[in-house]
Parts: sequence; C-alpha cells; structure tokens
Amino acid sequence: MNARLRARLTPYALLLPGGLWLLVFFVVPLVAMLSLSLQQGDIVNGYTMTWHWQTYVDGIRTYHDQIIRSLIYGTISTVLQLLIGYPVAYWIAFRGGSRKSVYLFLLLLPFFVSFVLRTIAWQFFLSDNGILLGPLKDIGLVGQDFHLLARSAAVIGGLTYNYLPFMVLPLYVALERVDPSMVEAAHDLYASRVQAFLRVVWPLSLPGVFAGVLITFVPASSDYVNASILGGPQNSMIGNVIQNQYLINQTYPTAAALSFTLMAILLIGIFLYARALGTEDVLEAAAR
Amino acid sequence: MTTIAPPDRTGPDVAPARQARRRRPLQGRLLTIYTWVVIVWLCLPIGVMILFGFNNTKGRYNNTWQGFTFKWYGRLFDIQDLTNAMKNSLIIALLTMIIAGTIGTMVGLALGRYRFRGSGSTNLVMFAAISSPEIVMGAALLSLFVTLSVPLGFVTILIAHVMFSVSFVAVTVRARVMTLDPSMEEAARDLGAGTWATFRYVTLPMIFPGVLAGSLLAFALSIDDFVITSFNAGSTTTFPLWIWGATKVGLPPQVNVMGTLIFTAGVLLAIGTALAGRRRA
Repeated sequence: MNARLRARLTPYALLLPGGLWLLVFFVVPLVAMLSLSLQQGDIVNGYTMTWHWQTYVDGIRTYHDQIIRSLIYGTISTVLQLLIGYPVAYWIAFRGGSRKSVYLFLLLLPFFVSFVLRTIAWQFFLSDNGILLGPLKDIGLVGQDFHLLARSAAVIGGLTYNYLPFMVLPLYVALERVDPSMVEAAHDLYASRVQAFLRVVWPLSLPGVFAGVLITFVPASSDYVNASILGGPQNSMIGNVIQNQYLINQTYPTAAALSFTLMAILLIGIFLYARALGTEDVLEAAAR
Repeated sequence: MTTIAPPDRTGPDVAPARQARRRRPLQGRLLTIYTWVVIVWLCLPIGVMILFGFNNTKGRYNNTWQGFTFKWYGRLFDIQDLTNAMKNSLIIALLTMIIAGTIGTMVGLALGRYRFRGSGSTNLVMFAAISSPEIVMGAALLSLFVTLSVPLGFVTILIAHVMFSVSFVAVTVRARVMTLDPSMEEAARDLGAGTWATFRYVTLPMIFPGVLAGSLLAFALSIDDFVITSFNAGSTTTFPLWIWGATKVGLPPQVNVMGTLIFTAGVLLAIGTALAGRRRA
C-alpha cells in the first residue's frame, strides 16, 4: 500500500469501530423502533409488519394529555432554570475572580451522586411528615392534610433542580467570553446598567442561552424519574407512559410509536436549532 | 474581517473610573449571597445522603434521625442483592471506560486531525446521540433487541453504555486534538519515527489529558445511568436500578454509604485530575 493511499484511509480506519458502534446501536435501533411501531401482533405470537399508522393516531389520541403535560413541565422548568441559573452564571463569570473553577465545581457536585438518589432525597425532604412538613404541621402552620408531593410543583421543582447545572454551564461559557471592556464602553457611552445589560451582555450571551435551553429542555420534557418519585398519577408525563408500555405492559408497537412521536417533536426542534445556529455550540458545551 | 486590537485595560486613565464603578456594595453582595444560596440548594441532597449514612436507624425506614453511628460502614456488604448491583455497576463502568475510551479517542483523532468525506455526517450522528432524549435511545435499543430476540442482561447494558458515552469521549478528545500543533508529528516523522512510534511517543502524550477526561466522563456517565439501563437490563440490576426498585419499600442506610463512597471517590478523582492538568499546563 502506498503512503498516499494509507494517509487517505487512516481517518476511516480510526473511525471504523466507534462509527460502527454508533451505527449499529444508535442509528439502526431508531429504524428498528420505527419499524416496530408499524407492526401488529403480540409477544407470544410475534409481530408482523402491516404499516399500521393507526397506532400513532390511537397513541396520540389516548395520551395527548401526557404529551402536552410533558412539554408544559419541560418548558416551565427550562424557563425557571434560565431565571435561576443566569444570575449565577453571570456572577461566576464576572465576579468569580481567580476561583471561577471552584464555583463551577461546586455547581457540578450533585453529579457525583446518582440522579435517582438525588431525586429520592427531594422526596424525603418534601414527604408528608418529613423534615420540612412535619414541624410545620406540628406547630399548625399548615393543615394536617397539606402535602407537597404528588403536585405539579413538586415535579417541576425536581426537574428544575436536576437539570440546573446543565443550564448554568453553557451560560457561563458564553458570559465568560464577554469582554468586560465592552460593558465599560457601554457605560462610557452613558448606557445605564440595565441598558448595558440588555443591549450588550444579554445579546452576547445568547448562544449560551440557546445551548442551555436545548440541553435542559430535551431531557426535562422526556424525563419520567421525577414524575414517578415526586409526582402522583395525575402528574405522569409521556416518559412514564413509554416506560410503562415498554417494560410493564410490553405493548411494543404503541410504546415505539409514542417514543417515535416524542423524538420527532424534540428532534425537529433540535435540527431546526442546529440548522439555524450550527452544532458547534452544543458539542462544545457538551465537551465541558 | 479586520482584527481590532483590544483596548488597553490597564491604562492609567481607565483604572480609577473602573474602581469607582466597582463600588456597588449592596447589589454586588446580593448577587453573591444569591449564588451561594443556589449552590447550597444544589448540594442539600448530598448533605442529607451523607448524613443519613451515619444514622443509627433501627427499623426498615431510614428517614428520622436516631443518633450517630459508623455501623453501616461496617455492614456495607450485608445486603447481597445491593452488593451484586454495585459490583455490576462498577464492572460495567470500568469496561465502558476502556471500550468507549479507546474507540471514542480514535473517532476524536479522526475528526480532529483529518479532513475527510463523511466527517460531517459523523458529527451529525454524534450530535444526535448527545442531544437525543435518553428514553428514546433506551427504547430504540430495546426495540432492536426485541426484534432480534436478543436476551437482555449484562452484555446489552454494556452495549448501551458504550453507545451513549462514545460520543462524549470523541468530542472531548477532538477538542484537545484541535489545539495541537501538527508540526510536532511531522517533526517526529522527519526524524524517522514510524506511524505507530509517532502516535505512541508524540500524539498520545499530547492528547492524554483529553483521553483521560473523556474516559473518566464515560465512567461517570455509565455508573450513574438509570434510564437507558432500565430499558436494556432485563433481570440484571445495577446500583441505580436497585435503588429504584427499593424506593417503594424504603432505602437501607447501605445505599447512603455507597452513594457517599462514590461521591467521595468522584470528588477526589476530579480534584486530582484538575490539579494534575494544572501542573502539566
């Protein structure tokens, strides 16, 4: 083999095992799921392809409440994360001084504890006679049947808590790049502090806002752990339905159709975003 | 595009004005307090988890404080199923780290160093794998296994974990490769080093911080994964799956102790690599 040919083949050789793994276990499964969603049958007798699109219609008709609820919970928690996370990212970027990485590390500490365990810790905090409500009920500040769990607020709070660091990181990356002298210049040109923020800092941080919104909205709206642990049956999200249909009822075609619908809704958003803004910001944020 | 030289920020006429403006004590302090409140909020569950690993609980439930004890550290492995689940988690995370670390590094090298047809679609697939909802990835993989009647268990969990972490390794390594100066490798080749020797003695040492960070990320993603694992585990349990199953009946203090140990190990490792990276830089 001559050297030139070898140099041309090297990247493909390097790519082969990882690319193949992603192809066989990520891309092909999506096709398998699409195919499964259009088949009819049951586990005992097997499935046959009948191009049964009706499964989608029935699935969406039956579970539109959960789909809409997921998108609402996802949206509210993403907005809350942005509101809570932006000042934190701003403070670390502009006032963090030499200890910026220490503050970022503190924000990432929860990730060293299992996601399920963190959510259970909140269940423990908010439980009906737990360390928060127990004393409040004892002194009669809230009624005996008052509860925080099994409410929308508990699920949204859990989602906000669990994905907040994913919001702060890209915001921080974008804000850290803002040159403080730009703000100085705005002040020198008689901009008020609010104006300087709205006209200079905020626009420059928009790539971080977009990346943060994407990175948190997708997992938050497809989550089922928070709704299972912190919510009641009336708070169940589309993730709960998919998990139930796949793992407990084993009604695979409906389950596959619902996950495909969820993915379609979210991926259309992602690809529109990627087309509009480029994939670099997200990949870069993910690498951090 | 023209490059504008950054204004001299240390100039004598700028400094006093800047200092004068920096005196906004109340608002500045409010933001500082706010940030610390958020950090405490984020870390609160960790504190509770660690604390209740030291709780001298008597019954099945570990949710009221009954005095301090070290006994759960001594009885860490008393619950056989939990110990097995932890063992599975550690072995799978280790294997994921090795496999995804290796093939992810190769992908990262290919994307960071070479221009080739197909790099765009590889980036797109990785982007999709990173940003797809976990439940969809888990459900899709299960659909494949159901269609092909593959029995679920240890191997399918491992396949899933390598699948979702390989892109993160590749992206981390790619970022590192792109900062390197290719002339170093050319110099090595000019001095007669073969392809392998160049990689082993020049490229690998230079990209090693990226490889290490990516592999540790793969380990962390693997040991913490719940959603994708729950779809592809069959009757095999991992640490997060065991916790999930035990939630309804109450968690034994051993879970808190294991969580605490993983947390401590992770934090020490992260600090260690950060310090090592600083010394190298």
